[in-house]
Amino acid sequence: MITIQTNKEEDFYILKIRGEVDASSSIHLDNKIGEIIKSEKKILVDCNDLQYISSAGLGVFMSYIHEMEEGEIKMVLYGLGNNVKNVFHILGLDQLINIVETKEDAKLLVDAI
Amino acid sequence: MMQYNYTAPCSKKNLADIRNFVNKILTHHFNSEIEIHHMVLAVDEVCANLMIHSHKCNPKETIELLIDVKNQEVIFEIKDTGNGFNLKNYQEPTIKEIVVEKKKGGLGLMLVKRIMDKVEFIKNENSNVCRLKKKIPTS
Repeated sequence: MITIQTNKEEDFYILKIRGEVDASSSIHLDNKIGEIIKSEKKILVDCNDLQYISSAGLGVFMSYIHEMEEGEIKMVLYGLGNNVKNVFHILGLDQLINIVETKEDAKLLVDAI
Repeated sequence: MMQYNYTAPCSKKNLADIRNFVNKILTHHFNSEIEIHHMVLAVDEVCANLMIHSHKCNPKETIELLIDVKNQEVIFEIKDTGNGFNLKNYQEPTIKEIVVEKKKGGLGLMLVKRIMDKVEFIKNENSNVCRLKKKIPTS
């Protein structure tokens, strides 16, 4: 089960994920990202309350990398707990997806990349 | 040596219960939070794959999970009666292929293989078994 909450701070679009992203719930994340990249260019993903992610969730983030590059859309994840961060790390995906500690770092990185 | 088992209908909404079950048992026996999380993740990935690809998420069909906790090793067996999976035919995709071809699958088994010490898919006459082994250093 996940809930996704969104809000805007300046020109940053913040997507907060709560709960566990697995094969059952990843579709909601997929739909949400698919929808927001149509209009937003600077996306911050707040993972402070993301308790779990499986490959289905990783796959969602991976599947938008190409489209985001082509559309010059920037996305940065922040606030990942150790377990969640580690799942990205096992496959080296932390090299492909921007991950930082805090929202402030995320804003800085989105503006820099 | 302790053995545990859990049977779940092939509906993805049961994955959270399977994870809770595995987590509870492993937490009872082991201390390393990161190792426990890895094993929970690997079992979740195998169960999700079976539910989706072998059973088309049909809740009338089930998968059975056995956990065998030994002194310095945990063995997980996930049994089902679906089509079966042949690891010999599995070509691990590269990360590049996943990005370029926007494949949402393929990452699960990669995780399982990185996490576990041994991954086997065994096809019997009436059932299939995915056996995962993980060595646990004594704490």
